[in-house]
Amino acid sequence: MRKRRILVKQGRVIDPNSRRDEITDILICEERICKIEKEIKEKEVEVIDARGKIVIPGLVDIHTHLREPGREDEESIKSGAEAGAKGGFTTLCCMANTQPVVDNQEVVRFIYEKAKEARINIYPFGAVSKGLKGEELAEFGELKEAGVIGLSDDGRPISDAKLLRRALEYAQMFSLIISVHSEEERLSERGQMNEGFFSTKLGLEGIPDIAESIAVARDIQIAEFLHLPLHFAHISTRKSVDLIREAKKRGVRITCETAPQYFSLEESLLCGFDTNLKVNPPLRSKEDVEAIKEGLSDGTIDAIASDHAPHSEEEKNLPFDKAPFGSIGLETALAVGITELVEKKVLTLSGLIEKMSLNPARIFNLPAGELDVGKQADLVVVDMDRRWKVKKEDILSRSKNSAFLGRELKGLVMTTICKGEVVYTFNGDNL
Amino acid sequence: MESRGWQRKDLLGLEELSKKEIEIILENARSFKEISEREIKKVPTLRGKTVGLLFFEPSTRTKLSFELSAKRLSADTLSFSSASSSIVKGESLLDTIKNIEAMRVDLVVIRSSSSGAVFQIAQQVSMGVINAGDGCHEHPTQGLLDLFTIYQKKGRIEGLKVCIVGDIAHSRVARSDIYGLKKLNAEVVVCGPATLIPSQIEKLGVRVSYSLEEALKDADVLNILRIQKERGVDCQIPSWREYRQQFGITRERLKRARKDILIMHPGPINRGVEIDSEIADLSSSILEQVNNGLAVRMAIIYLLANR
Repeated sequence: MRKRRILVKQGRVIDPNSRRDEITDILICEERICKIEKEIKEKEVEVIDARGKIVIPGLVDIHTHLREPGREDEESIKSGAEAGAKGGFTTLCCMANTQPVVDNQEVVRFIYEKAKEARINIYPFGAVSKGLKGEELAEFGELKEAGVIGLSDDGRPISDAKLLRRALEYAQMFSLIISVHSEEERLSERGQMNEGFFSTKLGLEGIPDIAESIAVARDIQIAEFLHLPLHFAHISTRKSVDLIREAKKRGVRITCETAPQYFSLEESLLCGFDTNLKVNPPLRSKEDVEAIKEGLSDGTIDAIASDHAPHSEEEKNLPFDKAPFGSIGLETALAVGITELVEKKVLTLSGLIEKMSLNPARIFNLPAGELDVGKQADLVVVDMDRRWKVKKEDILSRSKNSAFLGRELKGLVMTTICKGEVVYTFNGDNL
Repeated sequence: MESRGWQRKDLLGLEELSKKEIEIILENARSFKEISEREIKKVPTLRGKTVGLLFFEPSTRTKLSFELSAKRLSADTLSFSSASSSIVKGESLLDTIKNIEAMRVDLVVIRSSSSGAVFQIAQQVSMGVINAGDGCHEHPTQGLLDLFTIYQKKGRIEGLKVCIVGDIAHSRVARSDIYGLKKLNAEVVVCGPATLIPSQIEKLGVRVSYSLEEALKDADVLNILRIQKERGVDCQIPSWREYRQQFGITRERLKRARKDILIMHPGPINRGVEIDSEIADLSSSILEQVNNGLAVRMAIIYLLANR
């Protein structure tokens, strides 16, 4: 049987790791990139014309909720992977808050089994605590053996400081990084949106910004005390960014991510009570959005993750205080980044790609995020100039609860290749 | 009756109304009040129209008031109240409304414990929607009847000093009152325990005071909000006893207020907590508000159904 080969012609290839940024050809042989040269002449290859487009490493999402097992009506590993491929992701790390929770090797095995139907890389997080209850540690050794790439109780904070301390100490034996959802629940309980003038106006219970930053401050101190690494999920406030910036200066081994909604959407948008904009952490103030951009620009924020959180239409079509928190994000993350960060000169294009591929891969030691000879052929062809509108009928994810519905974005994924296979191709009818 | 200048399908809140629209409602209310004082209180204006009353949260006076208002306009009414659990309540909310709409009801009056719920519904139905209170957000008919009562008693609103006292944070009445009063150029002071004054409310153009004595000084109107005892205290106040000591309206406290101060309360009242019985019974306009509520609601139903 002839070897499968793909030639990506004349795209502007951007690889933050090697600092490559040039128009060149890429030859893919089977699962790997076998040649990158100015002009490659090969016969009997599938040719992808990338003229006028950019070619980047496949994106890596370190914060996805795929809902399987448990809520396959909202998303499955397969449907989430399809949505990811459409958004330019070739690696998804799925959170442990499924039903049942990913706190034992059976569930990890189930996810890997299901991941065979997905055409991109799927890696599960394991839970920090059994049943995400925040009481007892899950069996990290067993989880690691089954293949988890990190640990997280995301969806819930680890309220017990001692449990977090022990978790960090214990996780180091297995080189597992913990991603924390920092939230002081006593301050956020019953809250529906950011606390401030808009929560007063709308009569919705507020979630103060300090509900996040107090927990961030505590968690930084625990990591600092232990000299151990710790990753912060979905940072959304100025105060958190300031605390993380200061801690990094002191040499604390922390990393953090934010999600597209926190650098693009403000709390004032909630005036129409649109439940698709109800996310946790909540959309914050204009000042916070600015601070997130500053944090991205000065390197305080290492990564951008989607925090893809599918919810059924029935659940989202409830009164605001009854609807669940969360927005899907896989299909829009890159375009929101291009529109809000690259176009507005907050980040260079290479800077954006780095925060969506190389950096997240490095934080969790994943074999991804680089586009180079010998590496796994995970890459994406993007038309930077193409404008498109986010429409419900075009969403591939099983759930349609996007905070970006109706928005016009710039930058469209044309082709996604994972492990040397074309897993997504834009065809005009899709939009 | 004059409905010229009225365009809206819904009455969702006072925030979105213009000064002109508020004045149209109040003018119509004046005419309807006359009708309610006649021996035959019913007019045939809305014969053949149907008004649905959908209360997803307990209510006595508001529901009765809407029902009677619709009946005095000769509209047919149908009503529904739900005491089911909150999630079921939420789910059934839109479905119930869609069913009511399918029955060709002209106008629905909705109360919900969720802020914004009535707005969400109004976007999804073509019949007219009246907000009878949504969570802690707005209660426009109460706001309008408060404005109407002040007009009736004081002859004007512009330039009056109005003090709203109580749990401002959880009060939809406070929000609707503030929007209405500010649009009609009154001066508004909100007063209550600091734990029950919501974040940055000054941006709505009101002054905040934590001292009832100070807030009452020179006040022309005092609107006393109901303390929502069912909410519990959750660190917000030490006890109901202390609340009364700090913010309860007693004869003693009123001695230092203006003699002609207008005392209002949206009801139901907690006697001996936010207001002493003797004040409620002898010096307040609480029952006058209830009477005015009918006229205001007739005006609103008339305007929306005749659009």
